[in-house]
Amino acid sequence: MSSSLTPQAAAEALDAHTREMVKWHFSPETGCPYWLEQVPNLGFDPLKDITCFADIQRFEPFDDEVLRKEDPARFIPKAFGKRPYNIFETGGTTGMPKQRIGWDDYQTDYTEFSEHYGPDFFPQGANWLMVGPTGPRRLRLAIEHLANIRGGACYFIDLDPRWVKRLIGMGEMRMAKLYQEHVIDQAATIIRHRDIGCLFTTPKLLESLAERMSLVDAGIRGVFAGGTTMTPQYVRFIEEEVLEGKINFAPTYGNTLMGLAISKKRAPGEYSLTYHAPQPRAVLRIVNPESPSELMPYGEYGRVELTTMTKEFFMPRFLERDEAIRRGPCDEFPWDGVGDVRPFQSGTKTVIEGVY
Amino acid sequence: MNIPILRLGREYTSHDLVELDLGSETLTTHTANPGLIRRDLLQISKSKAALDAIPADTLATYCEQAAELFLHADLPCGDTVQSPQKYVESLSALTRLPHTLVRMNMGKIHAAMSQVRTIIAGLTRNIPLDIFDKGITRIDDLIINYFPTTSSLGVSLPSNAPAVNSLWIPAPVMKIPVLLKPGREDPFTPLRIVQAMIRAGFPKEAFGFYPTTHEGGDTLLTTCGRGIAFGNDSTLKKYAAFPSISVHGTGRSKILIGEDMIERWPEFLDVIVQSISANGGRSCINTSAILVPSHRDELANALAVELAKIQPHPRDHPEALLCGFANPALADGIDALISAHLKDAGATDVTAGHRETPRKVHAYDQTYLQPTLISCTDREHPLANTEFMFPYASIVEMPQSEMLANIGQTLVVSAFTEDPRFIEQLLLSPDIERLNLGTFPTNRVQWEQPHEGNLFEFLYHRRAIQGNVAHA
Repeated sequence: MSSSLTPQAAAEALDAHTREMVKWHFSPETGCPYWLEQVPNLGFDPLKDITCFADIQRFEPFDDEVLRKEDPARFIPKAFGKRPYNIFETGGTTGMPKQRIGWDDYQTDYTEFSEHYGPDFFPQGANWLMVGPTGPRRLRLAIEHLANIRGGACYFIDLDPRWVKRLIGMGEMRMAKLYQEHVIDQAATIIRHRDIGCLFTTPKLLESLAERMSLVDAGIRGVFAGGTTMTPQYVRFIEEEVLEGKINFAPTYGNTLMGLAISKKRAPGEYSLTYHAPQPRAVLRIVNPESPSELMPYGEYGRVELTTMTKEFFMPRFLERDEAIRRGPCDEFPWDGVGDVRPFQSGTKTVIEGVY
Repeated sequence: MNIPILRLGREYTSHDLVELDLGSETLTTHTANPGLIRRDLLQISKSKAALDAIPADTLATYCEQAAELFLHADLPCGDTVQSPQKYVESLSALTRLPHTLVRMNMGKIHAAMSQVRTIIAGLTRNIPLDIFDKGITRIDDLIINYFPTTSSLGVSLPSNAPAVNSLWIPAPVMKIPVLLKPGREDPFTPLRIVQAMIRAGFPKEAFGFYPTTHEGGDTLLTTCGRGIAFGNDSTLKKYAAFPSISVHGTGRSKILIGEDMIERWPEFLDVIVQSISANGGRSCINTSAILVPSHRDELANALAVELAKIQPHPRDHPEALLCGFANPALADGIDALISAHLKDAGATDVTAGHRETPRKVHAYDQTYLQPTLISCTDREHPLANTEFMFPYASIVEMPQSEMLANIGQTLVVSAFTEDPRFIEQLLLSPDIERLNLGTFPTNRVQWEQPHEGNLFEFLYHRRAIQGNVAHA
């Protein structure tokens, strides 16, 4: 689906959105305690000095430890009053989790995702199966919302990534393998006994599932996957062999703090993925790891920086634990994208990644 | 040069590539993602059937013919054809093994292939080869039945010792398909063996060749019905929970000199130096510790003089014995570790006094670690029972009666003794994997004896059979 915006118009919309969100979060009538208390320490006045997205650089990179230490209620914008909220936690961490509160953002993100793909990519009315981390995660509600707005219901098989990470950390490879088999056993049972047309899962679980059965023969028509590095080879393997070249595949990059970035359409035989953030609600930039205020040139790897700006959540310049290639705007998304995402400095240190 | 993946005989080019510098050209190896290996294993019954269709005796003949092809023929190597000389040069460029050692390893592999019948007979204790065709055979009046415990053998290979490929060579003759993960710096040796076997007549479906990541290696080992891995103590620990995986870990091979022969120590210098330094000191069957009941200092000094004569040479020098380190950081780490441990009392580098240069030297565009002999007055010293990837050994003095209680798990022991009581104790020791009785080097190989586990017993299981077997 092409965007109606030009890159220039998208940039202007982002600037306007930035002004609106900064005003919202830093005005006493609407803002949250956490950000209002930060103002004296910022060294600038957000309401006066942030006039466009480029000005977001005046904030220091967001320290995500805040999301562990602070009571999530301190992020409730005053404008939301006493409206009940969800607490979401990030994925595979151990110890005190990072938490983010939310109301409608996940519905906004996944409605937009649904509209991007149109009625046939994931057949309208089909039931979904989510196989992956549910529990306190935004994703669990988001996938159910996606299934519902497309006229279907959603089944769930849970996988606890924290336990898997712990098993791997303890060297319990065999137990980790058995746990994965346990998850796949349950998923295969649901697929065999219920009418499932679409799947959300992680690529590794998708592979395992397809080793048990032909997903094509099982009636799967669309797969939405995310959560781990997908190299061009991996994408090709998934499309050609796991999905047998017959199932629609939507790889995404996302997390609880951002929402989800959709991958742009690829030409036949092209397997390198480029993700575009749900701008203007979230912005992904590829920055110099040594000097995060500098953008990397197009075509080069750098660290992924995320800025999230919705009425529910404001998070400037969070440096993700990922790196990616900076890619340019395209027809579908007239703003920068991030290509071939992989763990930050994955070439220089051991990373437990893609465990589920 | 491009080396693609072999997916049970079918070439596959990946989008994930690793580029390696061969000096005159770039080698690109294609990386298999782990799922691709698991997916191929779903089809392994076809590979097994392809081997089952050929009599084992014929497969053994193919293996013997493949031995000559491996040593002498131009064979496919990815998108090119590789002569034996090109194989030597390319492998040397990547691993820093001198040409002399590559050729020596070629000779070992050739021997393993050409003597595959002897090896299998040694492993099976002379059961006729048709056991692999019918599962049943008769020895004297006894009917015996063996069945395969797996339809695939996964092998995760190292880069530093091409000859270890000889361990898996009997498997396809025993009708077990093999899936190989080559070491990053040695894709050439397993591929050359596979191509020689295919050229000789083996079905190409019997072989998988998967340059892959560590995760891919884990996948290969844990998904194949049987797996063989090479590594160190941490590798052993990593796969300890998987009884289907046999780990060839640290060798800690030793020479034990008995009280009856220690007075003759000057006669043993050559064999001890060979045990320490053969194959550049990189093998698990190289001696890493010498235990003597007396004369430690005299023997240590004499050995150090001889070891210090082994100098770095260019890789194509006819007398080159030392290997450069493909990764100089590894040499830095080993050198630093030894130096740090030497600060603890109880150990002395005897070779240092006979060398004019430090242990670590840069020469001929490579980093080398020169032969090192550590004399330990403290048998518990951290340098007393360890091994490194270069000619390294310790020498420790202790009464003969205490030796076996102190050797720990040891791959090879060469026991220089004729004392019947000591020999009896050695034969009954649970800590020794291979025992050489007499003044033999630890790196001596006799093909009819198993090396670190019995591959036949790893791949096949004996079943009790009784009743009306006449129709079998």
